[in-house]
Amino acid sequence: MSTPELAAPELAPSDLLGLHRRMLEIRAFEDEVQRLFLQNVVRGSTHLYQGQEAVAVGACSVLRAGDTMTCTYRGHGAVLAKGAPADRSLGEILGKADGLCGGKGGSMHLTDVARGILGSFAIVGANLPVTCGAALSARYKGTDAVSLAFFGDGATNIGTFHEALNLAAIWRLPAIFVCENNLYGEYSPIASTTPIERLADRATSYAMASAQVDGNDLLAVRDTVWEAAERGRAGEGPTLIEALTYRQRGHSRTDPAAYRPNGELERWLERDPIVLFERVLGERGVATRDELAALRGEVEQEIRAMSERVRAWPDPDLESRFEDVLV
Amino acid sequence: MSGIPLTYREAVALALADEMEADPDVFCLGEDIGAAGGVFKTTVGLFERFGPDRVRDTPISEQAIVGAALGAALTGLRPVAELMFADFAGVGFDQIANQLAKYRYMSGGQATVPVTIRMACGAGLGFAAQHSQTAENWFLNVPGLIVCVPATPADVYGLLRSAIREDNPVIVLEHKALYAEKGEVEPGGMVSLGVAEIVREGSAITVVAAQQMRHRSLAAADRLSEEGVQIEVIDPRTVSPLDMETIVASVRKTGRLVCVQESPAAGSWGATVIAWVVQHAFDALDAPPALIASDDTPIPYAGPLEDLWMPTEERIVEGIRRAAAH
Repeated sequence: MSTPELAAPELAPSDLLGLHRRMLEIRAFEDEVQRLFLQNVVRGSTHLYQGQEAVAVGACSVLRAGDTMTCTYRGHGAVLAKGAPADRSLGEILGKADGLCGGKGGSMHLTDVARGILGSFAIVGANLPVTCGAALSARYKGTDAVSLAFFGDGATNIGTFHEALNLAAIWRLPAIFVCENNLYGEYSPIASTTPIERLADRATSYAMASAQVDGNDLLAVRDTVWEAAERGRAGEGPTLIEALTYRQRGHSRTDPAAYRPNGELERWLERDPIVLFERVLGERGVATRDELAALRGEVEQEIRAMSERVRAWPDPDLESRFEDVLV
Repeated sequence: MSGIPLTYREAVALALADEMEADPDVFCLGEDIGAAGGVFKTTVGLFERFGPDRVRDTPISEQAIVGAALGAALTGLRPVAELMFADFAGVGFDQIANQLAKYRYMSGGQATVPVTIRMACGAGLGFAAQHSQTAENWFLNVPGLIVCVPATPADVYGLLRSAIREDNPVIVLEHKALYAEKGEVEPGGMVSLGVAEIVREGSAITVVAAQQMRHRSLAAADRLSEEGVQIEVIDPRTVSPLDMETIVASVRKTGRLVCVQESPAAGSWGATVIAWVVQHAFDALDAPPALIASDDTPIPYAGPLEDLWMPTEERIVEGIRRAAAH
């Protein structure tokens, strides 16, 4: 684990509670998607984010208006963390007309360009060069915007990872590469596919700044990404961050994750990012245990009610399938 | 006509310069395009004139080049990416076919994707099988891309300018055997995407041909004219979308259709033209349409072998004679 030299500005209690609420929303959202999936309401596949919420929420807490973000097919959490409306996100997953993408993208392609969410990319690693391009725009136009890419540990073995990191480094782009090391690339444990343990070390090949952070510790993620963003905004180039976290569910809905060693899930559940942050909020006197329990219930209720509402939304107009191929 | 004489490669450089001059959001990126002026000398003078930020050398990273162009386009710029040889599109194919082409559709129209990708294509110069393909047919099956195949300096100038101004992704395939071709170019001229040109009028048979094959078909037309067979030669100029209106109108006049292409037959634009006419304008045909295509092999290296791999003027004349006699 690396300790950032810069710490992000202190957050007011209400802001801390806001970040906690965002994590709870993502957790409840993913639980709801899973429930709907099992009812056959969601088509195709889903790749859920339970257990990794502190990475997305901590990282996106640093981003400002004008900054951009790309993520992966396991992207519901990142998209919500960057501010996409939950109802239109779920609407997209349900293929509704008022979904973020009008029902043409689905779970793996949530996109909200107006909010700087340049997209969820379903080909592993494909978003990394796109983030380079967005970061290049910032340099080209002389703004201090940064572009942040989320990706999994598996993506560090695909060509785009290396091409993008190399490009970002030689052009000193304001890019932040956040690798969510959740220990599994699809069904395979990281050690069976990757010869090094510390993925952040891959930055060395590109003379790039790097850090490894406890991805279940929201404030640690925030500080680390803050430092990277300051580096980017100052024109000092990109950063590779490895956030150690854990995918509490299988790869996708067809995967019961039977390959996990006994006890591994239980150990990580003890380090659940929401539980850890509740402890922080308690220690800092931001909220009591009862208040936090009430908040959790309130958010779950909200997401359930939102889901009921969205399920009644209309399907896309059939003629819309011919729209938006070209301008 | 206030045209100036330019080579095809000079016309490329002029189009890039004119568009960069006209719009500060236009910039170029690619391998060796900067101080080196491009391996085909198509960007000569641009680096000196517009500087390293706008004429940007990249590493040999085709996926990163295309992906960065996409990211830049989504955030307000108008990138022109060069992939050097069209064959290298294979290296960047995910970014082209899955990311660039589908972005607008999958996002429900949230953004425009004004990306131009230039590449040098085509056989005839002894570059062997990995540096000689025309490659245009790879993209036909990917909705969301516009694909241009200019044959003359005026067309490459006008199509490239239109491509850069277009809000959709456009692939411009520059034929490397044509880079030294000379012609009149009218500065400021544009050629609309998706519009074919009737380059020679005739009544006996419609021949659709692009790039090198257009030039060979015109030479064939001269020879056949001496035999009393008047050929109409149409250059599609854009193979996706195809200007079927112009082609069908010609077939309605001639009753006969021959497509000539520098690529194997299967899954090609020529096969697509023929399938379209057979399905939608069968009544216009007086004879079976013909496709004169390259052999179904990789492109051989040795000169005599490569010469025969693609339709020669002789083969085109023979094929047209057969179609005319049917």
